[in-house]
Amino acid sequence: MQVNESAKQFKPTIVAFCCNWCSYAGADLAGTNRLNYPADVKIIRVPCSCRVNPMFILRAFQRGADGVILCGCHPGDCHYTTGNYYARRRMTLLFSMLDYLGIEKERTRVEWVSAAEGAKFAATMNEFVETIVRLGENKRLGDLRCKQ
Amino acid sequence: MQRIGVFVCWCGSNIAGTVDVKAVSEALGQEPGVVFSTNYQYMCSEAGQNIIKDAIREHSLTGVVVCSCSPRMHEATFRKTAAAAGLNPYMVEIANIREQCSWIHKDMLTATEKAIILGKAAVAKVHLNAPLTAGESPVVKRALVIGGGIAGIQTALDIAEAGFPVDIVEKEPTIGGKMTQIDKTFPTLDCAACILTPKMVDCAQNENIKIYSYSEVAAVKGFVGNFTVTIKKKARYVDETKCTGCGLCTEKCPQKKVPNLFNLGMDNRRAIYIPFAQAVPKVATIDPDYCNMLKNGKCGVCSKVCTAGAIDYKQQDQLIEQQYGAIVVATGFNPIKLDAYDEYAYSQSKDVITSLEFERLTNAAGPTSGKLLRPSDGKHPHTIVFVQCVGSRDTSGCGKPYCSKICCMYTAKHAMLTREKYPDTDVYVFYIDVRTPGKNFDEFYRRAVEEYGVHYIKGMVGKVAPRADGKLMVQASDLLANEQLHIEADLVVLAAAIEPDKSARPLATMLTASMDTNDFFTEAHPKLRPVESPTAGIFLSGACQGPKDIPETVSQASAAAAKVIGLLVKDKLTCNPCVAQSDEWMCNGCSSCEKVCPYGAISYVDKEFRMPDRTTAIRRVAQVNPAVCQGCGACTVACPSGAMDLKGFSNRQIMAEVDAICK
Repeated sequence: MQVNESAKQFKPTIVAFCCNWCSYAGADLAGTNRLNYPADVKIIRVPCSCRVNPMFILRAFQRGADGVILCGCHPGDCHYTTGNYYARRRMTLLFSMLDYLGIEKERTRVEWVSAAEGAKFAATMNEFVETIVRLGENKRLGDLRCKQ
Repeated sequence: MQRIGVFVCWCGSNIAGTVDVKAVSEALGQEPGVVFSTNYQYMCSEAGQNIIKDAIREHSLTGVVVCSCSPRMHEATFRKTAAAAGLNPYMVEIANIREQCSWIHKDMLTATEKAIILGKAAVAKVHLNAPLTAGESPVVKRALVIGGGIAGIQTALDIAEAGFPVDIVEKEPTIGGKMTQIDKTFPTLDCAACILTPKMVDCAQNENIKIYSYSEVAAVKGFVGNFTVTIKKKARYVDETKCTGCGLCTEKCPQKKVPNLFNLGMDNRRAIYIPFAQAVPKVATIDPDYCNMLKNGKCGVCSKVCTAGAIDYKQQDQLIEQQYGAIVVATGFNPIKLDAYDEYAYSQSKDVITSLEFERLTNAAGPTSGKLLRPSDGKHPHTIVFVQCVGSRDTSGCGKPYCSKICCMYTAKHAMLTREKYPDTDVYVFYIDVRTPGKNFDEFYRRAVEEYGVHYIKGMVGKVAPRADGKLMVQASDLLANEQLHIEADLVVLAAAIEPDKSARPLATMLTASMDTNDFFTEAHPKLRPVESPTAGIFLSGACQGPKDIPETVSQASAAAAKVIGLLVKDKLTCNPCVAQSDEWMCNGCSSCEKVCPYGAISYVDKEFRMPDRTTAIRRVAQVNPAVCQGCGACTVACPSGAMDLKGFSNRQIMAEVDAICK
């Protein structure tokens, strides 16, 4: 029981990288439609999902993030034609490395959200936060030196 | 150290209703480097912008953070404000505390906490911002319109009127689009051809307009002001410059059994054809799937009868490359395929037709010369049932979730015209709702009911069953009377939903223009920028953006033209300064960045370096062409040495944001 209660109080830190053209606009649409998702999600705007260096994700974990999600345009819809394909390949590699290191792979995720999919954005975030709350605090990758 | 000013916007109660704006401005005022922090009701208003300008001057600010709505909304506004006060516009960052905070959270405390964190991330980023200067690129003063329906025609005419050359690419052998197939137009009932064909002729005669008919866009390169488009001119096996459009070949061709697609397959044409008498350009085209000469080399009748010597069986597809400053998408719509709606027996009975087929049946130039006759036996139908919303407003998955918008009105028109020409006909219309918003639209619908005695019944048709004697049994429910109806009909007309043309999706990929889940092109802003795509230099006209009737299409077409003209009158455009840049000292010339660049913006030069020991070394280093780079950042991640970085979204800036959020 105690475990459950502490899990309820646990407020995760979640970083969402969103590409400017699709997912960030999708997040805006979720806002315009007043679709709720937890305040734990903080969005960082990037021009394209391919701008996200795997190092940014590792950095977020190191600094204490409990989950990191990367959102881009649907395959074939990238504003820069091929950016999301690069992102997908890079993240596949990163995720398998994290898995190998023993980090729960549910802590990271790539999702395609178009500018018209406000509802999908909100649903994805709700589901992701739920997953992270279930996993609990990120202890393995957090750098103790970064804790205040 | 930057001197940063923080400006928190209330957005009336949009932000202030759920976020304690005073607490946010106070908390952010404590951040290192922040020398001024305030809040105001409407930052984007003139008074709000003046607060920012005054603070920049008074406090010698070097960076500005505005906590407000989405940067997609007002980033440009606040950048202009900063520039007006003498600050580099790229020293402004926006923290999105409306769409991504106040509008999605109900609890004041959590929303305020989140707003502060988002503000801190923006402050952390501004610390690392550097002044950027936007470069300039020239504008090619020529526009391309893709699609030659009424939308494309109107856009092209308006652009040409302003004095700019414009090309129309149309995939069919003639321009005109769907409107050429329509008989009369609602709510005025004037004949479609009478108002459309003069415009088609205007296009052909306007010296600023060039029509590429029977052509498609094969490739698009470049960016706003400077697109390079490859147009594929399909072989029509007729020399356009020689053909006089006399039509003799279309009478003599021995291949008579070719379904006439202009009449939706309801009659036949020859293998060489001119789609209809008023076609522009009026030039014959050979259908290679049916022509005996092209298929097995035996015939050549058309070549023999052609006095102009225009027939050329050896003609090949031609690729034409052309530069444009702006591109207008006007690819239009098509009725959906009705295979998934077998309850209406569309595939089983010839007498179950779509509204567009009905349109051809009543058109004087149609297969029956305008007489309303049943396709199966050529007899006059006495009972006609119109079914609305076939595939529209259908969330079951087999149709379209949206309203096709035009069906209520054209069905009222069909019903009215039928009753006018054949008063002995019983006309039933089954509907879910009758939607008639538009000038004189509701009056028109009421006339159909009140003056013409059309039976409007609220309810859906459950089944259409063809009977052996040729009658169609229509089983339907009358929701208002709460009873089941069985009607013996002679003709059933289905108002099929409309969907974007199939060519739209691959075109959107070529243009990197975004689409919604229904394959309609997305506009840059649903209310304030309705005719522009989010991709700069791409404009939207007509039903490719959403279902539209003719008046709406024409107004949007003119609006798109106005936007294009606004772009083409400029001699130069400012480019996006947020482009990649390589650190020549760190670059090892490995070519990783060049391989991932989708624009070919990266090249390599041999550069001489003075080393610390005073020797010189020549090394191969990457160089980014800022006019070609679009700033996606793919190269920054590919670079193994960390030499490549993106201005405005640098590694350090994004890391600073990550740190601020994760603290």
